[in-house]
Amino acid sequence: MSEQRAVLNDQTFSIVDEAERARHLERIWAEPKGFIGWFKAVHHTTIGKRYMVTAFVFFLAAGLLAGVMRLQLAFPEAHIIGPDLYNQIFTMHGTVMMFLFAVPMMFEALSVYFVPLMVGTRNIAFPRLNAFSYYLFLFGGLMLFAFFFVNSGPDRGWFAYVPLSGPDYGPGKRADIWAQLITFTEVSALAVAVEVIVTVFKLRAPGMSLNRIPIFVWGQVVVSFMVIFAMPGVVVASTMLLLDRTAATQFYNPAVGGDVLLYQHLFWWFGHPEVYIIFLPGTAIVSTIVATFSRRHVFGYMALVLSLIATGFIAFGLWVHHMFATGIPQMSEAFFTAASMMIAIPAGTQIFCWLTTVVTGKPVLKTPMWWVLGFFFVFTIGGMTGIFVASVPVDLQVHDTYFVVAHFHYVLIGGAVFPLFGAFAYWFPKITGRMLSERIGMWSFWLFTIGFNITFFPMHILGLRGMPRRVYTYPADAGWTVLNQIQSAGYLFLFAGVSLFLWNVWQSLRHGEISSPNPWQAGGLEWATDSPPRPYNFLNLPTVNGGEALWDALPDQPVLTGLHEDVREIVTTRIHDAEPDGRDEMPEPTIWPFITAVVTTALFIGSIFRPIAVSIGAVPLAIALIGWFWPTREESERRKRRDIWQKS
Amino acid sequence: MAEELTRRRQVLDLSMLPNVTFATRSLTWWGTIGMMAIEGGVFALVIAAYFYLHSRSQDWPPGVLPPDLTWGTVNTVIFLLSVIPTEWYRRRARKGDLGAVRLGLILATFIGVANLAVRYLELRHLNCDWSQTAYGSAVWLLMGLHITHLLTDWVETVVLTVLFYSPHIEGKRFVDAEENASYWYFVVLTWLPIYLVLYWAPRWLRS
Repeated sequence: MSEQRAVLNDQTFSIVDEAERARHLERIWAEPKGFIGWFKAVHHTTIGKRYMVTAFVFFLAAGLLAGVMRLQLAFPEAHIIGPDLYNQIFTMHGTVMMFLFAVPMMFEALSVYFVPLMVGTRNIAFPRLNAFSYYLFLFGGLMLFAFFFVNSGPDRGWFAYVPLSGPDYGPGKRADIWAQLITFTEVSALAVAVEVIVTVFKLRAPGMSLNRIPIFVWGQVVVSFMVIFAMPGVVVASTMLLLDRTAATQFYNPAVGGDVLLYQHLFWWFGHPEVYIIFLPGTAIVSTIVATFSRRHVFGYMALVLSLIATGFIAFGLWVHHMFATGIPQMSEAFFTAASMMIAIPAGTQIFCWLTTVVTGKPVLKTPMWWVLGFFFVFTIGGMTGIFVASVPVDLQVHDTYFVVAHFHYVLIGGAVFPLFGAFAYWFPKITGRMLSERIGMWSFWLFTIGFNITFFPMHILGLRGMPRRVYTYPADAGWTVLNQIQSAGYLFLFAGVSLFLWNVWQSLRHGEISSPNPWQAGGLEWATDSPPRPYNFLNLPTVNGGEALWDALPDQPVLTGLHEDVREIVTTRIHDAEPDGRDEMPEPTIWPFITAVVTTALFIGSIFRPIAVSIGAVPLAIALIGWFWPTREESERRKRRDIWQKS
Repeated sequence: MAEELTRRRQVLDLSMLPNVTFATRSLTWWGTIGMMAIEGGVFALVIAAYFYLHSRSQDWPPGVLPPDLTWGTVNTVIFLLSVIPTEWYRRRARKGDLGAVRLGLILATFIGVANLAVRYLELRHLNCDWSQTAYGSAVWLLMGLHITHLLTDWVETVVLTVLFYSPHIEGKRFVDAEENASYWYFVVLTWLPIYLVLYWAPRWLRS
């Protein structure tokens, strides 16, 4: 046992050797070049960037769809677009924002790019699965928009309730396309959840014990667990829906023992945790930015981590509050009201910890910090209307009105999009090697914040005045015209704010100030390497001595040696104390995940039209997976020569 | 000059660490556990849906007989007995015992064939149709989910058996063999509640 341990030593490093090692590691870890090479990439920074760009493009597309709705609603009794197209557009807007932007961006994109860097390793666990998850996400989104452009976009709302989406009331293929889009996105989210958990549990830098894991990483781990336990709800709900529609099952048919509320229970078992899957990464971003720009360790680290975990647990006890209007027993209503209000405890704890961090630190107001201040303001308003709608009588009054639309835009945009823009401003230099312009950043912040409030605040009042959501127009004498026009004007500000952000990115990519490895003097490990990081992430893999690895490092903080550098070898550590535990080899780039994703896509789309496509598609899928896992003879023999079996 | 170009610093030397590690020390184990958690969640929710539909029904099973006990019980016995050879080759895999793992994988392949054959007979005796009642839909969905796992694991076992007769034998293969056994345990362990739900719940709940 004893000889299988890591040993502390002294070693002489020379600059010449280091440069030589860097060139060598670059060759070993580089992504393949060329057109075909693009489809073989497996490094987490490559895939993470693709996730970010793709999810952001979906955000812009869904934002433009919102613009069409705002145009239509700017005038009473307007006929710019008809009711059928309007139904498709609001369904597309919600579906794309939730499934193709919010979760893939807040969870997949950010954790795939940053978690391996923040825990100090060279790639994410299961990198090929990671590449596969990206292609599935991309293909799912492309499929949805392709069907939308041929007038087959889903049109039953983003949660596609039965019986409206069932075989009797949802003719055509629109609801099936929605159900399969869900399958694409849930598979990719589930894959990333497993990768993140394994990366954080087993690949942390030595010394990064549980109490030294960055809060951002804690947030993504909690979200990963939520994905694993929540997603099966929507898997089951949408699969049953698809089977009812294509294979004549009767899950939701009350005439033969089925039940429509079964769908709502299963959907919201997923749907409520989903909201926290979107917003916990936001709070984890806020904890990170607040600490960096207050120049101190975050106040109440333990309270913040426990709040994240508590939110994760409580999230699974709230789903029925989406169903107060369905006539469920009063006892359940009381229980779920209490449970819903309980979420204010961990949310409030976090807010007080952040405020204390700011007040007791030396705050520096840069754009990332402004977005955090915007988050405080907007999210707190959303939280307060949350207390309104958690209460049954108020909920029954405002159910399906614009009040609810206002509430969830305040919590989702406040809780996720504000921190996200903060995250872009904060980590842009790390990802691209260039700084964003502070001046344009401030303009887009103020335009977005003001525009957001002009667009969404009046919705509270409209909802209280009785305007229902999801109507394509309204009568001129309803008294809703002026507020709708104010909202549509607000959209122009939002549009300008986001356009300026894009301009800022475009300009900064070409002319921005070159960034140092650590432009904000932050404490996280992601700042310990070049901007942008080399494909091996760290020339010398780090060890960790505190919660903010760079701030707390010893003058002679050890680095790791002894890994084989002619292959993609990494160190594995123990879960609780992050003591070195073993070595493992990361796989090489390969095209198989792409091929597997293409086959899976054919299978999923085929199943919309013929259930038998699942059985037929299983054969090429199995072949693709075997190709994926089949080792090369050379690597097997090399590994065999070097095998050191664990003792005990 | 040389002083400026070099410096001494502390290093943590990892070269003695093992690279063939099992169970919680291997990444494969954690990946497999993740898969099991996801699929276990799906099973649990479908079982919950089954009982939810029961709570909304007057009679259960509605107008049909419960599935015949014989073949389901036979398969359950095969599943339980399969644990003996599986546990044997799992333990030998940790010792790098090539002969035992080869034999164990071949046995596992044949046991899988037996399970699949009996499963076909089970499907013939479910006594319900998925398109007639929600009860039938739930029964077939649970069955279908479990068959998918059975088939996946069987293909995986066949591929691994072939690998064990190829030049690709190395430490990682033995880790794979152990994980193949763990995944089989998952298939067996999920079957037990499903067996009770499909075959016994309709008998116990019959009014």
